[in-house]
Amino acid sequence: MGEREIAIVSFAEVIVERSDRDDCELLLPVLKRALGDVGLTQQDIGFTVSGSSDFLGGRPFAFVMATDVLGAWPPIRESHVEMDGAFALYEAWVRLQHGDLDTALVFAFGRPSQGPLHDVMSLQLDPYYMAPLRPDALSLGALAARAALDAGLTSEDELARIAGERRGVPTSTSEPYLREPLRAHATPTLRDGAAAIVLAAGDGARALSKRPAWIRGLDHRIEPHSLGARSLTRSVSTEQAARGAGALGFGADVAELHARFAHEEPLLSRALELPASTRVNPSGGALAQDPVMVTGLCRLGHAARAVHEGAARAIAHATSGPCLQQNLVCTLEAR
Amino acid sequence: MNRCAVIGIGQTRHAAKRDDVSLAGLVREAALRALADAGLGFSDIDAVVIGKAPDTFEGVMMPELYLADALGAVGKPMMRVHTAGSVGGSTAIVAAHLVQAGVHKRVLTVAFEKQSESEAMWALSPKFPFQPPLLAGAGGYFAPLVRSYIRRSGAPPEVGIKVSVKDRKNALKNPYAHLLLPDISDEVVEKSPMLWDPIRYLETCPSSDGAAAMVLAAEDSLGGVTNPAWVLASEVRSEPTMFAGRDQVNPRAGRDCAKALYAGAGITEPRRQIDVAEVYVPFSWFEPMWMENLGFAPENEGWRLTLDGATSMTGDLPINPSGGVLSTNPIGASGMIRFAEAAMQVRGTAGAHQVDGAKIAMGHAYGGASQFFAMWLVGRDKP
Repeated sequence: MGEREIAIVSFAEVIVERSDRDDCELLLPVLKRALGDVGLTQQDIGFTVSGSSDFLGGRPFAFVMATDVLGAWPPIRESHVEMDGAFALYEAWVRLQHGDLDTALVFAFGRPSQGPLHDVMSLQLDPYYMAPLRPDALSLGALAARAALDAGLTSEDELARIAGERRGVPTSTSEPYLREPLRAHATPTLRDGAAAIVLAAGDGARALSKRPAWIRGLDHRIEPHSLGARSLTRSVSTEQAARGAGALGFGADVAELHARFAHEEPLLSRALELPASTRVNPSGGALAQDPVMVTGLCRLGHAARAVHEGAARAIAHATSGPCLQQNLVCTLEAR
Repeated sequence: MNRCAVIGIGQTRHAAKRDDVSLAGLVREAALRALADAGLGFSDIDAVVIGKAPDTFEGVMMPELYLADALGAVGKPMMRVHTAGSVGGSTAIVAAHLVQAGVHKRVLTVAFEKQSESEAMWALSPKFPFQPPLLAGAGGYFAPLVRSYIRRSGAPPEVGIKVSVKDRKNALKNPYAHLLLPDISDEVVEKSPMLWDPIRYLETCPSSDGAAAMVLAAEDSLGGVTNPAWVLASEVRSEPTMFAGRDQVNPRAGRDCAKALYAGAGITEPRRQIDVAEVYVPFSWFEPMWMENLGFAPENEGWRLTLDGATSMTGDLPINPSGGVLSTNPIGASGMIRFAEAAMQVRGTAGAHQVDGAKIAMGHAYGGASQFFAMWLVGRDKP
């Protein structure tokens, strides 16, 4: 585990229902704001890393044009993960541990409006045995929700209540099923979006922010891919990452969970052993806004923002893969 | 920053079509060989870092999710890197960072491409608004840069042919190389069809199915390995695709990357101090171009190294003893093969294509529109 003090000092996001802009146009104001809020420009950044997926646009090298937006001149130290931006933040955090660089810019972008996202996600499955069956993401979510209901971990009433709170609209179990047992309100609200976070180390972070959100711990783990080879009612990789990140017993005021389906919230809360005093997803989370490939980075951003605005401790969680296959946990604190 | 060393290296048999294995079978073949080389099993590994070029090449979105089981990653952190053609190099660097940062002791890093699942040339050719067209694949994009290089440098036309013959002869000494052309000669290359003037068919890389893997370890976790390749320095640089005045023939990102790399390893005279380099040369003419970009030759004189034989196996700076990308090109893995071959040279395990007494070797990869660079220097002696 890293020993250098690293903090999130800035966060910006733009989330829209359906962007008529391309990825670059979507990114530009977000990058400007994340850097501008702490008085930095790209030239001040030691390491830059992003997350995105080519499959959202159905084209190779979606991330390449982002280097134009960055104004990567003179040339910059830069990397990219084909993962949610939260995992890009992990790469940046590791890079800053080396001690030779003091700042990092992390960003992500995604426009699921470019295609039938839930169907596209089926191409993420085992290409030989699973993908040919073409189960869409909603169906897999429903499968896991059924397992959670059958195991008594939640109820349809609770799913409606969680969805209503996150979306800020009235919800009811009298609504029709979208994929039984999931109603539309318990599934993600797809959005186009982009987000950026600035990380800074040590005194640099203190100089940039009155109240930096210090990364106390950061870890991520993956589970078997096949849904038949793992439990759908217990998020083992979240438990492992939570231990690695020091999230158990952390006593967070706020937890931002990357729960794309309502039943994933109680599942993740249990894996993180969140006490009743922790406020879960005050931002609304993915049920309210799910800019795919960006949503996890936004959880880190919103958790950090909670600390910037007065919370003592916050937990952020991000996920990847079908039915919570891969999970990242970050503990943030004021010092 | 903690020291990091390569203690295990493996690659698959590379071929135009590996229809005897699945994607999982392919990456596992390389991973198991790297682990065996290190005398380790999956349970000794703390984290897995995987890289490949665009997912559209196999039609699997974020395939690392499905590959987690095959690579023994369950219960561990797994990262997926994608930085265009440089990805094999940047993946190894991300893995090395995990060790150097003190986060992990032993990391397995893997890169692959199974190009037979699609047609990479056309996958690279779609037209997007406001973007430079790739025309017919990467060759269509890079041929004008080669023509520009020839015009600027006044290089004689046979340079590309010489590079091609050299690398193809080197490949004959590499049991893993994909293209084996025993009857290669200047004449054979010259008579091969012109694809993208001045790049002939035999001056281009093949499309390969293949994977490469390495085990990277911290100084206190070398196990029984007595000939590790020490990571002396690693660097990445990126620059924008387009702007007026951008020099794509001799891109600044590559020059800056090399300069920082040498500074990091205390190299002041790269041509003299570096014993061998595995450089990403997908089209023959990129050898002289990168010789200049990497500071091995003055500007416009890189071609002299080729013609003088300096870059041959018996020259003072052998380039691509493995046969290079011209002989083996599973795109996402091509960068990692360069990095791994450099490590093999300083470990003394390169077999018939070993450069005698290699102490410091370079691995190099580039991608995009000559805009993404990843490089490392590995050494026989502990830094």
